Amino acid sequence: MAKVVVLGAGISGHTAVSYLSRSLRGKHEVVMVSPNSNFQWIPSNIWVGVGLMTPEQVKFALAPVYKKLGVIYKQALAVSINPEGDAEHEKGFVTIKYVSENEKGNEEKVTYDYLINATGPKLNFEATEGLGPHKFTESVCTYDHASHSWAKLQESLKKMENGEKQTFLIGTGHAMATCQGAAFEYILNVAFEINKRKLAHLADLWWITNEYELGDFGMGGAYIKRNGYITPTKIFTESILKEYGINWIKRAGISKVEKGKVYYENLNGEYHTKDFDFAMLIPGFAGAGMKAFNKENEDISQEVFVANGMMKVDADYSPKKYEDWRAEDWPSTYQSVKYENVYAAGIAFAPPHGMSKPMESPNGTKIFPTPPRTGMPSGVIGKIVAENIIHSIKVGKIEHPHKASMAKMGAACIVSAGYGVFKGQAAVMTVNPIVPDWEKYPKWGRNIKDTVGVVGLAGHWMKLFMHYMFLYKAKAKPFWWLIPE
Amino acid sequence: MENSEEKTVPYSNMSFATEPTKLVRFMRVCFIIQIFNFFKLNLKVMKIVVGGHS
Repeated sequence: MAKVVVLGAGISGHTAVSYLSRSLRGKHEVVMVSPNSNFQWIPSNIWVGVGLMTPEQVKFALAPVYKKLGVIYKQALAVSINPEGDAEHEKGFVTIKYVSENEKGNEEKVTYDYLINATGPKLNFEATEGLGPHKFTESVCTYDHASHSWAKLQESLKKMENGEKQTFLIGTGHAMATCQGAAFEYILNVAFEINKRKLAHLADLWWITNEYELGDFGMGGAYIKRNGYITPTKIFTESILKEYGINWIKRAGISKVEKGKVYYENLNGEYHTKDFDFAMLIPGFAGAGMKAFNKENEDISQEVFVANGMMKVDADYSPKKYEDWRAEDWPSTYQSVKYENVYAAGIAFAPPHGMSKPMESPNGTKIFPTPPRTGMPSGVIGKIVAENIIHSIKVGKIEHPHKASMAKMGAACIVSAGYGVFKGQAAVMTVNPIVPDWEKYPKWGRNIKDTVGVVGLAGHWMKLFMHYMFLYKAKAKPFWWLIPE
Repeated sequence: MENSEEKTVPYSNMSFATEPTKLVRFMRVCFIIQIFNFFKLNLKVMKIVVGGHS
């Protein structure tokens, strides 16, 4: 009997554990370790942040689903991994610390035959002074944050109803933050809601971003087929912001936030401030902060993880200039570089390099987005890692018939721009592949036939449809596996 | 919005961006066009997702 342990019940980990359970249930052991008691469908947090959904509509309790799937669920935080075991354990193990009410603080060593690290990102608010919901800015990265954000937004809306002008600042809260898409969705929804309330004349809306040009989205921008032209996403994004009456500040690395004021440096090396009444700024991401030890209990974290705590996998991590980046540098099996029975899925794997060109100010501050790995790629990676482990268990040796490189995988980004069955809007963008492959597609970097950039009501229906469809899938309801990632 | 006036001020950030015409805005909410787009886009996304991994 083999034992597979999955760390993290986000989109990638939950997808992996669902497929593992479907194939291995009853014959092998599947264990989920997650500090969270709920699954959350993160893309819909945007709607929680503008009061159009409640947190209950975007989350559900994990324990009953795992009971149904026959998965052993431990509500605990993974502290460290010992892939070689130690003096007492022959097999590799994970040290976990329980966070559930009845076992809080207890530690356990959970052995494994296969390990999937899907711990996702640590929301690194500490990297920017004054950033975060407990300080001076809001976030929509979790349903709690989004709910808090809605409470604060209501205060601003109330002031506007009383005739007071308000400045809204939304975007990235760190010079190397990613997930511009989520912040972009949020500012469009905030603008839509202000407009709906006929308060636009009292709103001063600002988008602030670390992108060199708008529409970079951490993937170096893209070209899309639109109205008979092949258009850069810069034009597409600027057009949407203009339509919603939103001004923008680009090439900005926020270094500090005080009450009502952000401090940022731009790529020219100039230091500026921007005042605000309401700010929602996405933090930088870091790894979950796990340590790794060898059989002698020596710290080998540097061999297993990169500096920011994300796991090294089958990628080419040798330092290269932007001009030398290749699609083949990106991993396809997500197997640990050091241990063959350890994998990293979703945001937990360390990308070999960015997709956006690295930029630095004259003062030496790096200001550019890091690559996104959320949503669809996370789900696909979780699935193929699970399928490879299932295959390896069945044949008795480690093989990888399933592959999913982000340089071969496409993605769709549905940017909600307003809620409503008849008046809602969303921008739908597709790219294929996610990582530009300039050797295969020398003109546009990607397959131009697969790229789309469309704004309209259909996009809103798609986003709403996906909300219900993916929650259905995540709850492992009948025939869930027929729904693609 | 307060800054919407800037849309017409030459050399402001916004003045360089494109803006949809009334016809485009109508097409974005036209039920028949959007129903067609909904199925077309879903098929496209499905094709990309399924073809992206082996």
